[in-house]
Amino acid sequence: MPIKSIDPRITRANIEIQNKETSKENKVLEKLDHWQTYEVFAQNKRGEHYSHVGSLHAPNPEMAWILAKEQFGRRNKITGIWITKTSDIFSVTENEEEMFELNSEKIYREAGGYKVMDRINKFKKENKKISEK
Amino acid sequence: MNVNEYKYNSHTEMSDELTSGVKDLLFKMADDELILGHRNSEWTGLGPILEEDIAFSSMAQDKLGQAQAIYNLLNQMGEQDADTLAFTRNENEYKCCHFVEYPIGEYDFSLMRHFLFDAAEALRYNSLLNSSYKPLSDLAKKFRGELRYHTLHSEVWIEQLSRATEESKARMQSALNECMPLALGIFEPSKYDDLLLQEGVFTGEENLKSGWYEHIQNILTNSGLKVPDLSSITPSFGGRNGYHTEYLKPLLDEMCEVYKIDPEAEW
Repeated sequence: MPIKSIDPRITRANIEIQNKETSKENKVLEKLDHWQTYEVFAQNKRGEHYSHVGSLHAPNPEMAWILAKEQFGRRNKITGIWITKTSDIFSVTENEEEMFELNSEKIYREAGGYKVMDRINKFKKENKKISEK
Repeated sequence: MNVNEYKYNSHTEMSDELTSGVKDLLFKMADDELILGHRNSEWTGLGPILEEDIAFSSMAQDKLGQAQAIYNLLNQMGEQDADTLAFTRNENEYKCCHFVEYPIGEYDFSLMRHFLFDAAEALRYNSLLNSSYKPLSDLAKKFRGELRYHTLHSEVWIEQLSRATEESKARMQSALNECMPLALGIFEPSKYDDLLLQEGVFTGEENLKSGWYEHIQNILTNSGLKVPDLSSITPSFGGRNGYHTEYLKPLLDEMCEVYKIDPEAEW
């Protein structure tokens, strides 16, 4: 069966999309009747970052919230949910990927460039010796 | 509430009459949850959209969990274990109301039942938070979060569909009209109501019904539906005394089929 729309109701209910004139009665879908996709972000613990957990279909944010709660909150406890229309997200495509590349000569800019762990470990070791004495 | 503030921390402190009254209440509640949980699970895989299918199935599972917790409490009060109570009783020993027995019908009926039933259920547990019988108050606390979600889910759907197209509004109105006599069957009076109220265990079906009617009337009216007048409806009574509709027996046969093949099996 060809997929007519990302709105799951349309293919399933066999609703005609294209032409209102040639379709029968009220089985016609207006453009705005299409459900949108929403992106869902969940927080696992108070104070933590919200992480993207998935997306779902819904006609409005309220419906998206009641559906998201069971999609993404039934397996483990979460402390919060953010929901936004997928279309409201400004995203950068793969075409722009080369802009993300880092210059290997500027290693000091990368977090891994700070070589302090050996000094921290040395400090901890010495501190331990002192407290043991 | 502090432990010492409960009049009854255990059923052993109650009179026999009161114990019978509490058990009657618990059987009604557990059987409603079990049968409606089973009914709603029939939508699994058939829900209108994937996301709703998952949400509705998940709530059906919550209902089975609630039934199990109540049967466990009955077990502590001297009744048989949860599985035996759920799967081996005769039809006339179940105390569920007719409302939960009805087939799932179309989604408008199932949603309207979900809304009307869960509103009553949430108010019932809410009143039980203040029960003088500690185990009941504990149960009410345990289910509070689940019930908040169930009622929110049903309210959002009802508002959404009642305000959408002419067809959806007409279908919700017709589902409401069909559901009302059945929904009133939830509140079938019990001979123990006065005693339970007097002892502070439970507010009683009549009080619950008044609060429920006011609550659903607000939401339904705001959604543009016309709520039938209570005096114009004959409630579907009988379930609480073991007189059931033709729909319960086939449901029980199906639900208990696997259990009865080998009641000793470990799951």
